[in-house]
Amino acid sequence: MTETIAKTLDLKGLACPMPIAKTAQGIRDLQPGELIESLATDPGSVPDFKAWCISTGNELVEQTEDAGVFRFVIRKKG
Amino acid sequence: MATTEATLEAPERAPALEHIPHDKLVIMAWSGDLDKVWPTFILGTTGAAMGMETTIFFTFWGLFPLVRNDVHITGENWMQKMMSMMNRGGTEHLKLGKMNFVGAGPAMMKKLAEEHHVASPQELLEVARDLGVHLVPCQMTMDLLGLTREDLIDGLDEPAGATSALLEARDAVTLFI
Repeated sequence: MTETIAKTLDLKGLACPMPIAKTAQGIRDLQPGELIESLATDPGSVPDFKAWCISTGNELVEQTEDAGVFRFVIRKKG
Repeated sequence: MATTEATLEAPERAPALEHIPHDKLVIMAWSGDLDKVWPTFILGTTGAAMGMETTIFFTFWGLFPLVRNDVHITGENWMQKMMSMMNRGGTEHLKLGKMNFVGAGPAMMKKLAEEHHVASPQELLEVARDLGVHLVPCQMTMDLLGLTREDLIDGLDEPAGATSALLEARDAVTLFI
C-alpha cells in the first residue's frame, strides 16, 4: 500500500521537546487522514512520538530508522 | 511541502488511550532560576503539543522571566528597584539555581545547550505561545514587586490570583516548579 505524504518535517539535530512541538505545529494545517513525515535524530523521539500519538489520537503508521535518522509517518486523527 | 510516497508496513500499533483522566496541565512557575524555567517551558510546550489545555501561572521569582529582555530596572520604590537590579528579569538574564558562579554557570549551560541543539527558554516560550499555552502572571506578585503590564512581554493572559490558578488546577495535572 502506498500513500502520498502531505508534508515532511526535517527535525534532525533538534533535542526534546522540539521534534514533538514542531510536529504538533506542522500537523495543524493538514486535513484529517493526511500523512505527515517527521525525520529526527533524537533517540528520545522514539518513545516520545509513540506517547504523543497515544495522547493526541493521531496514528503512528510507520516508524523506521536509517543511519541514525528516525522516520515517523503519522496519520492525522480523523 | 515535499510530496513523497510512503510504503506503509504496519508497525506495532500504539494503543489509543480511551480514558485519559486529565486533559489539562497546570504549572505553577515559582522559580526564576534558569534550570527550573527551562523544564517549565519544556513541559508547558509539550503539554500543549500533546493536546492538553495548558496554563502556566507565574508567581514570585517565576514572574521575572516574563519581564521584557530590554527592560532593566523595574519597580516603583527603592526596594523594588533594588530587587530588580539584583535580579534582572527576562529570559536572557536568568541565573542557575546551583553552580551559578557569577554568571559563568549559565554561560556554560547555554553553550552546552547550543551544542546539543536544546532550544533556549526564549525559543520554547515562543513555541508555547504559538501552541496556545496560557501564560498567566500573578497579580499579587506584580504588585509586590512593582511590575507593570508594560514591563512584561506581549502575549500574556490577563493577570490573575490564587483562586483562578486553583480553579484551573482542580481537574488538571498540576506541577509546582
